Amino acid sequence: MPARADQATRPESKEWPLVEALRSRDERAFAELVERHNRTLLRVARLYVRDRSAAEEVVQEAWLGVLEGIDRFEGRSSLRTWIYRILTNRAQSRAQRERRQLPFSALADDHEAAVKETRFRPTDDPRFPLLWSVPPRSWPVERILARETVQQLRAALEHLPAAQQVIVGLRDVEGWTAEEVCEALAMTPGNQRVLLHRARSRMRQALEDYFEA
Amino acid sequence: MKLIRIRRKGSRSDDLSCPELVRLVTDYLEGAMSKTDRRRFDAHLDACDGCGTYLEQMRDTVTVAGVLAEDSVDPVARDALLTAFRKWKAAP
Repeated sequence: MPARADQATRPESKEWPLVEALRSRDERAFAELVERHNRTLLRVARLYVRDRSAAEEVVQEAWLGVLEGIDRFEGRSSLRTWIYRILTNRAQSRAQRERRQLPFSALADDHEAAVKETRFRPTDDPRFPLLWSVPPRSWPVERILARETVQQLRAALEHLPAAQQVIVGLRDVEGWTAEEVCEALAMTPGNQRVLLHRARSRMRQALEDYFEA
Repeated sequence: MKLIRIRRKGSRSDDLSCPELVRLVTDYLEGAMSKTDRRRFDAHLDACDGCGTYLEQMRDTVTVAGVLAEDSVDPVARDALLTAFRKWKAAP
């Protein structure tokens, strides 16, 4: 997928000083990148390889690839997208060696319901077919960002299937755009949206359960 | 073609149902809908409080997710990477 101009890391962009610092072998710049991305990179690697230690190896290889490639980085994509591409390329070859199926290639087409069917009236309801039978109720504004709520959501996120966790982590926790995620993880916009939808639906349900308890 | 499904009074065959709206909510928030579907979605929202609240809850969920901070990096992993960095730096 071609990078869009507004995501590229050109010399005039905010990210460029970090690129320059890395090129001049500045350890703090590298440490900052590691701090920012290592955990998610590890989570992504786990989608491809069999265990945690294999994932750690792949992530380390990817960081070495970043260092070796930084002098040739042309800024046609964002720096973080480029880092993730290096990781997914390495993780992919490893997964192929291990003969594992690549993630995102075939998303299970299970129609996992975002809310329970019983929340709606039946199709043959004489008056209000398919309307909410138990409509959602607004959440108390003052509790939405309360610490307890945030903890509930964190727990819900940690229980998501791994691929959903990665997508919602990049999109909603770290604030990446859909385009960046698709490029970084070499996935189609449709698959990205399906995973995001499942993840957000489950997290909404968890918060609703919490607020209604 | 005759509609078999019994519909609400005054509803039209291209109206979105509540379960459909729930299924499409991410496409809506992502701006990944045709103009026609977006109009149907908006029309349903105008008429249905339950779905309005559902959409609001999805937005709230995204807001809460936005304040989840990532944990910091495992120190062992970080040290290993910084060691690798120094080796790279020292290489000719």
